[in-house]
Amino acid sequence: MRLAAESVSLGYGAEPVVDEVSLEIPDGLTTVIVGANGCGKSTLLRGMARLLKPISGQVVLDGKAVHKQPTRAVAKTLGLMPQSPVAPEGITVVDLVGRGRQPHRNALQRWSAEDDAAVAEALELTDTLDLADRVVDELSGGQRQRVWVAMALAQQTDLLLLDEPTTFLDVAHQVDLLDLLHGLRETRGTTVVMVLHDLNLAARYADHLIAMSGGKVAATGTPAEVVTADRVEQVFGLECQVIHDPVSGTPLVVPIGRHHRPSAHPHAQGA
Amino acid sequence: MSTTLSGPTRPVDVVRRARRAPRRHHAYLVVGLSVALFGAFVARVLLGNFIITVPDFFRILGGAEIPGATFLLMSEKLPRAILGVLVGVAFGSAGAVFQSTLRNPLASPDIVGVSLGASASAVFAIVVLDLQGLALSIAAIVGAIAIAVAVRLVAGSDGSYRLVLVGVTAAAAMTAVVHYLFTRANEFDALLVLRWLTGALNGVTWPTIWTLLGFLVVLVPALAWTARSAQILQLGPDVATGLGVSRRRTDLLLLLAVLLTALGVAAAGPVAFVAFVAGPISRALNGGRTTLVGAALVGAIVMVAGDYIADYAVPGVSFPVGVVTGAFGAPFLLWLLAAGRAGRKA
Repeated sequence: MRLAAESVSLGYGAEPVVDEVSLEIPDGLTTVIVGANGCGKSTLLRGMARLLKPISGQVVLDGKAVHKQPTRAVAKTLGLMPQSPVAPEGITVVDLVGRGRQPHRNALQRWSAEDDAAVAEALELTDTLDLADRVVDELSGGQRQRVWVAMALAQQTDLLLLDEPTTFLDVAHQVDLLDLLHGLRETRGTTVVMVLHDLNLAARYADHLIAMSGGKVAATGTPAEVVTADRVEQVFGLECQVIHDPVSGTPLVVPIGRHHRPSAHPHAQGA
Repeated sequence: MSTTLSGPTRPVDVVRRARRAPRRHHAYLVVGLSVALFGAFVARVLLGNFIITVPDFFRILGGAEIPGATFLLMSEKLPRAILGVLVGVAFGSAGAVFQSTLRNPLASPDIVGVSLGASASAVFAIVVLDLQGLALSIAAIVGAIAIAVAVRLVAGSDGSYRLVLVGVTAAAAMTAVVHYLFTRANEFDALLVLRWLTGALNGVTWPTIWTLLGFLVVLVPALAWTARSAQILQLGPDVATGLGVSRRRTDLLLLLAVLLTALGVAAAGPVAFVAFVAGPISRALNGGRTTLVGAALVGAIVMVAGDYIADYAVPGVSFPVGVVTGAFGAPFLLWLLAAGRAGRKA
C-alpha cells in the first residue's frame, strides 16, 4: 500500500470533520469514497492530498508522512484534481495542460520535447487533442473537466486523487469521464482515488469502495460487499432496494421514497 | 492517425503548434510595448516647452555645456524620465503579481493599502525621524510590509474579497496618518503633500534613481525566477499545491511585490492607479492572459507618458504625475466594476 491514513483527524476549526480514520488505498485499483453530504468524504480526500494538515494522526505516502515530505517531491507521485477548479482567464488548453509538467521542471529548465510528449499523451487519453489551441473559458463543462483531468495526467503520477470530478456534468459526460479514468487504471496502472456523489456510478466503477458516515468509515470493501440495503439506509438515511445492475452486475440502488412505501410498512421515518 | 513525415497530425506537432501561437503573440506584444515606451521616453526627454535636439542631447550627455539646455536635461527631464521608467516597472510588475496570485483585479497594492502604508511610514520618517536617502527607502519598506502583514492577518488567508475590503480600509487609515503627520510638520510644503499623497516625479535627484536602480537589479531577476510559480498559483491554491507549489510561495511572491511597491513609493510617492491598471491593460493586449513583462512595460509607459501629460497638458501649470494617473485610473476602476469583471477570477 503506497497511500494510507493512520488514525487521521481532519477539520477546519476545533471540531474534527474526519475523526480518527484509518484506511489503506489498494495500489493499481480505483477506490471511490461515498457518503452523505457533510460526512467528511471530501475532507478526507483533501487530507490525503496534503491540502489539509491533520489535527492528529497522519497520512502516509510511500512509508513517510505526506506532510513531512517536500510538496514538490509529492507532486511527482501524487496528482490532484480539486473540486470545480477555475482556469485563469484567456488560458489555452495546451498551456493549462502544460502546467501539469511543473513538478518535473526546475526554475531554469526550458520546456523540453519530453514535456511536449507528455502533454500530447494527456490530450490523447482525454480525447481533447482537437481542443489544443482553444481557450479553456470557451469550452463546455464536459470538455473543461476533461482538460483538467488532462492536466493531472500530464503530471504523470502513479496516484491520482479527484474530488467529485463529475460535479456539474450531465449523465452522459459523467459516464464518459468515469470510463476515461477507468481506462487509466487499465493502460497505466494508475491508482485512482475519487469522491463521488452518485452511489450507483460509484458501485459500477469502484474496485474498492469506502463508505463514510459522520466522519468515520462505515464500511469498506468491494461494491457488492458495501452496497446493501441496510448499509445504504445507515449511511445515507435512504430506504431502498438493491438489485443487480443488468449491464455490469454491480449493485444498483433503487430508492423507495415516501410515495412508494407500502402502507403496512413498519418503518415510518421521514427521509 | 498518420505518422508520415508530411503529416502535421502527430499529437506532438499539434501540441507544438498550439503552444506557439500565444507565445508569438506575447513576443510581438513585448516588442510593441518596448517601442511605445521608447517613444514616450524620447518625447519626455526631448520634447515639451523647451525642445532639445537629438545632436544636442548626445552632446550634453558627452559633457558639453549648453546654457539652459544642460541644466534642464540633466536635472529635470532625463532624471524624471528614467525614474518614471523604474517606478513604472516596479509598480506595474508588483500590481500584476498581486492581481494574478490573489486572483482578483481589485487586489493591487495601491488599492489594498500597501502603497499608502509605505507612504505613511516614509512621511513619519521625514517629519518625526528626519531621515532621507536609503534610510527613507527602508522606512517605506517597513511601512509597506507592516500594512501588508496586518491586512493579511485581519483578512485571513483565504478569500481575496475580504482582503480587498480590509485593504481599502487600511488605505483610508494610512491617508489619515499622512494628513495628521503633515499637521505636525514644521514647514507645510504643498509639494511634499502632493508627493506623499498623490505621487510625483518633480524634483528628482540622481541618488534616488541610483538607490531604486540598485534594488531593482536584485528584485526584478528574483521576480523572474519565481515567475513560473506565479503562473501555477493563478490556478488557485488547491491546484497549485497539487502541482507542488506551496502556499509559502504565494507569500514569497507577494513579499517581492510589496518590496517593489515600497521602493517605488519611496522614490516617487504612491502614484495612483499605476499598479492597478498595468495588469488589466497588459492582459487585454495579450489575449486575456496575464503577462508580468507586459505589465512592467505598461506601468513604465503609463508613468512616463502620464508625467509628460502632467507637465505640459495645461499650459503654465505642471501637475504631479499622480493627478493624471488618478484622473485616468478612476474611470478605469469604474469601468472594471461596471463590466462586472472585478471580483471575478483574474
